[in-house]
Amino acid sequence: MTTPSNPSDKESSVTHDSTSEAGDDRALVSLEHREGSDNLPERFQDPGLPAHIHRAGDSDEAAARRYERQVAALFAISMFATVLFVVSYFAVGNDTVVSLPIIGRTMALHVSLGVTLGMSLLCIGLGAIHWAKTLMPDTEVVEERHELRSPDEAREGAVKILADGLEGSQLKRRPLIKYTLGGALGLFAIPLGLQLVGSLGPLPHTDLETTLWDSKLPGGKPRRLMRDPDGTAIRLSDVTLGSVFHVLPEGIDATPDPNNEKLKAAVILISLQENLIKSARERKWGVDGVVAYSKICTHVGCPVGLYEQTTHHLLCPCHQSTFDLTEDCKVIFGPAKRALPQLKISVDDEGYLVADHGFDQPVGPSFWERA
Amino acid sequence: MSSLAARRRHPAALVIVLLFGLIVTGGLYAALAPKNADAATSSSSDIAAGKQLFLSNCATCHGVNATGGNEAPDLVGVGAAAVDFQVGTGRMPLAAPGIQAEADTNGPQFDNKQISQLAAYVASLGPGPGIPASDLTSGGGDIAKGGELFRVNCAMCHNFAGSGGALTRGKFAPSLMDVSGKHMYEAMETGPQSMPVFNNTNMSPTDKKDIISFLQNTKDEPNQGGANLGNLGPVPEGLFVWTIGIGLLIGAAVWLGRKAA
Repeated sequence: MTTPSNPSDKESSVTHDSTSEAGDDRALVSLEHREGSDNLPERFQDPGLPAHIHRAGDSDEAAARRYERQVAALFAISMFATVLFVVSYFAVGNDTVVSLPIIGRTMALHVSLGVTLGMSLLCIGLGAIHWAKTLMPDTEVVEERHELRSPDEAREGAVKILADGLEGSQLKRRPLIKYTLGGALGLFAIPLGLQLVGSLGPLPHTDLETTLWDSKLPGGKPRRLMRDPDGTAIRLSDVTLGSVFHVLPEGIDATPDPNNEKLKAAVILISLQENLIKSARERKWGVDGVVAYSKICTHVGCPVGLYEQTTHHLLCPCHQSTFDLTEDCKVIFGPAKRALPQLKISVDDEGYLVADHGFDQPVGPSFWERA
Repeated sequence: MSSLAARRRHPAALVIVLLFGLIVTGGLYAALAPKNADAATSSSSDIAAGKQLFLSNCATCHGVNATGGNEAPDLVGVGAAAVDFQVGTGRMPLAAPGIQAEADTNGPQFDNKQISQLAAYVASLGPGPGIPASDLTSGGGDIAKGGELFRVNCAMCHNFAGSGGALTRGKFAPSLMDVSGKHMYEAMETGPQSMPVFNNTNMSPTDKKDIISFLQNTKDEPNQGGANLGNLGPVPEGLFVWTIGIGLLIGAAVWLGRKAA
């Protein structure tokens, strides 16, 4: 810092500022660059470290003994809390419920174990810090830094050791060893990488493009729409106006991996007034205003389940992507980029809703090489 | 017939007719009064009283014939359940136009008798769902099944613990923690406002009973892990950790770094 630090100079500048409101020209004067006066020292002295302030315990033996007792008391509280932890582990019942302020009704065992363990650990920490702050030496210590570079003789010596080693290994004279060693070390990387890449699981093949709706039942019949989780079939007459059914394909529990199938095949079945539907395709693929859409969000695959009966909006709970059910589930808000795929449904000869064929596009979020 | 007509002026005739009337009235009362739940057995006087209440409190929006208006829906065929839910939770009469009708924290504006009269009048306009029987709404169902049904059908809006959640444009699904079983049942049955309909062809009365039992159990369950911060999920929990949790850590770090003297 080389700003003028002459006290008298500073003083005058302050008084000047305080009167500067009198006129604009005077205020301008104070903004001008001002040369420092000549009585600056040639060199500023290193102020050094601030004076060391002694603590009470450094000079007063009685105070030091008091600190000792305080630290010991903290450690003793920790021991007491640990004993309480063990006692409450055995003494407090598994089902005992206590009412606490703010928290409300909660498990007595969890509270007692948590509080005693916390007290035990906290008092060890507090005791150690109090000990270090009041009794351990607190004098400032200077540690000089050394040059990191080794002396030249040591550096040359190290290079010579390496060169001698290379010469002694005869790698230069016997290239066969050099190349076979390189090959052996290089190939050794393969087993390490192979278990990583090879254990990534089976290739997806067409798993991402197809759902259980694409396949028929063993008898060749189309799959019915079944209530989740009951697994009961749905009649068209069951779906009254404003109703929402959460649907899975018939026979999903008979597949080898039902959970994987549910991830893709979940469908939401909604009934709305047919004249509200603006998309002709949507009307055609539904039955009397009852339409079925994939429940898997096209953003990152959350289940799109929030249906607002009054606005006909279908909302994803994860990132608020909103789909308009009257316009073929077009995205009207949020991060999703594609409309939800529709499932073409019809009524079979027994009056139950069935899926005519699978979705016409992959369900769920985008993936590599999605058509 | 002629002999009956001939004796109509007999001194005992008045007594016999009175007795007959009393027996019929008493018998009918005994037959109909106990099942006060579903049947609602609204007498014509209830319907008339309900109509008066309707005309003075509801007709401005819903029309004098309850066939709806610009903003208000047609009430023909909504049934007693819809009235009992909307008026019984204080949602109707609507306090002020807003994004959605909210339950009145001060309770309903009418007493139970007036609500049942209004319900009787609206139910008389067209067949609709009635008020559920109390054995379906007071718990005692299969809690595990109810939890599964709740997570599939309800949790996306009402939160995994029934604490409620946000919908679009300021609308929200309310918390279910302080809602009576009867009102939950009626809401599922009728689908008020943004809520879809879960009537008996979608979800059987036993299913609804299971869901109500699950929610009543959830409410009574003690918090396993201490303060639940409203069971609202990651946002309040993150907020708590980022403000109070990190604040405490900074305080501890400042204290550790200070000199004792």
